[in-house]
Amino acid sequence: MNRIHKKLQEEKKLLSIYFTAGYPKLEDTVPIIEKLQENGVDMIEIGLPFSDPLADGPTIQESSTEALKNGMTTKKLFEQLKDIRKTVHIPLIIMGYFNPMMQYGIDAFCAKCAEIGIDGLIIPDLPVDVYEEEYKEQFEKYGLSNVFLITPQTSDERIRFIDSVSNGFIYMVSSASVTGAKNTFGDVQAQYFERIHQLNLKNPQIVGFGISNKDTFEAATKLAKGAIIGSAFIKMLNKKGIEGIPDFVKSI
Amino acid sequence: MSYHVNEKGYYGEFGGAFIPEMLYPNVEELRQQYLKVMEEPSFKKEFNQLLKDYVGRPSPLYYAKRMSEKYGTKIYLKREDLNHTGAHKVNNTIGQILMAKRLGKTRIIAETGAGQHGVATATVCALMGIECIVYMGAIDIARQAPNVARMKMLGAEVRPALSGSRTLKDATNEAIRDWINNPVDTHYIIGSAIGPHPYPDMVTRFQSVISAEIKTQLKEKEDKENPDYVVACIGGGSNAAGTFYHFLDEKEVGIIAVEAAGKGVNSGESAATSVLGHKGIIHGCKTLLMQTDDGQITEPYSISAGLDYPGVGPMHSHLHTTGRADFMAITDDDAMKAGLELCKLEGIIPAIETSHALAIFEQRRFEPNDIIVVALSGRGDKDLNTYINYFGL
Repeated sequence: MNRIHKKLQEEKKLLSIYFTAGYPKLEDTVPIIEKLQENGVDMIEIGLPFSDPLADGPTIQESSTEALKNGMTTKKLFEQLKDIRKTVHIPLIIMGYFNPMMQYGIDAFCAKCAEIGIDGLIIPDLPVDVYEEEYKEQFEKYGLSNVFLITPQTSDERIRFIDSVSNGFIYMVSSASVTGAKNTFGDVQAQYFERIHQLNLKNPQIVGFGISNKDTFEAATKLAKGAIIGSAFIKMLNKKGIEGIPDFVKSI
Repeated sequence: MSYHVNEKGYYGEFGGAFIPEMLYPNVEELRQQYLKVMEEPSFKKEFNQLLKDYVGRPSPLYYAKRMSEKYGTKIYLKREDLNHTGAHKVNNTIGQILMAKRLGKTRIIAETGAGQHGVATATVCALMGIECIVYMGAIDIARQAPNVARMKMLGAEVRPALSGSRTLKDATNEAIRDWINNPVDTHYIIGSAIGPHPYPDMVTRFQSVISAEIKTQLKEKEDKENPDYVVACIGGGSNAAGTFYHFLDEKEVGIIAVEAAGKGVNSGESAATSVLGHKGIIHGCKTLLMQTDDGQITEPYSISAGLDYPGVGPMHSHLHTTGRADFMAITDDDAMKAGLELCKLEGIIPAIETSHALAIFEQRRFEPNDIIVVALSGRGDKDLNTYINYFGL
């Protein structure tokens, strides 16, 4: 049982924050994580920047481009995180695209994550089928949860398959869109949230994409276990920097 | 050894479908349907009719007499430049628009580098009365102005890609994002033999009309179906895939793929993926691509917008890795000279992409009796400004 599983057993709705490692400044990664924990965030997704992020909208893509310009690399991120477990106890997840992980070496990458105390990975362009056939064993050997996405277009049958392969939570993409594209939830989302709820999946669901404030957080977590805020947090960082974190978290 | 795609979408170790879940339903629908649809008699009939009456196929296989004399070998040019819209790209867009219609799609998106694929897509959308949005790198929009104007005249909306290197790979990213945001009504017409399975195979099959015709035409002219070599330039590699397709299993046919070396393979400004690339994932498939040690995709460079791509299609990666195809890299300078030479020797102004393939005759000797078929993938009208600037015309 890793920190994600333990966290999911808590009674409350979970607030997870995504940010891009090495942004706004290269050395901001650890201070941001510490500040988020200090202000009561339940879980953190650390974005490993990639030059060509297919599933991200402009805000996260620009933060990735900036982080790469700042000199962020996979090795650099691991170096920055090597002592993170001395101060941080909430679940930490690395979210990134598959190519940089492949170039690092999948086994080496997973081993390093385990060594540091990373609890899980989110890899949007690693399909669940490929994961199951080629990588599942490795991930599990290192005790890593691999988190998969579902969308309103994912069929019930495939959701059940994803649920069977998942170990942690399911990342429920709120609508058909890249990150940061929507600001409110309507009836279509409500129906989708209800449909997923009715499936009674074994893994809890955490909603992502389109959560930007208290209203959207509450709407998203009515039936789901928690929600992830990404683009809105990056925009805040861009404007106010690390000092803006307490107010931002309080406002959710 | 098989050089064709297997049922999981792999060419050897390359291929697959590395896509976010948001794209899974679209790609899966296509994967399940594409072969079935292509086999339907009504589809075949409509496809072949349009290729004949609208595109102008078969394109001639032209014996380039003066060029052959100069290089002391027998050179045939497969005249894809004579197709409607000026390049091989239209073979694929005709096929895909018919596919999209049968899948009930009402909106088309595409990416384009040189603009040839964008024009070919805008053309078939006009033909079918379907909405068309073409993503194009901001830099390419500037250097391919005539094709931008053509797309607009054909009723397409051209959206500039402003991220990254602002060329083809970024236009592709933008198109994929559009598809993620519009998963139900939209079909993405990918223009090269790249992308998640089944795109590389589907595009290759639509383009394979090129090699099918070469066989028939060569039989008429030389009384044999197989040349000694087939040659094509390669960016993502759709004209190359179509030119090679029916020769992949014909061992006596040499396959030569010509990449853009840009200012030199080791100059830091190049698009020679087979030399500079290694295995990775780009735009949904596992293939050879130019990247940093850290797995960040490198910005490629070529004077030709159509070859300015950091990867090659997975079939080509397989042909390279297994040694089935020879890969050559041609610099901007050598390509430009070869392009001008074709104008003077044969009265044909080639696209700069194609000029790369023509430039191999300065670098490689062939036997007098060798029959070499070069895919003349496109015409050079769109590149006039580049020719003018380069040669100070």
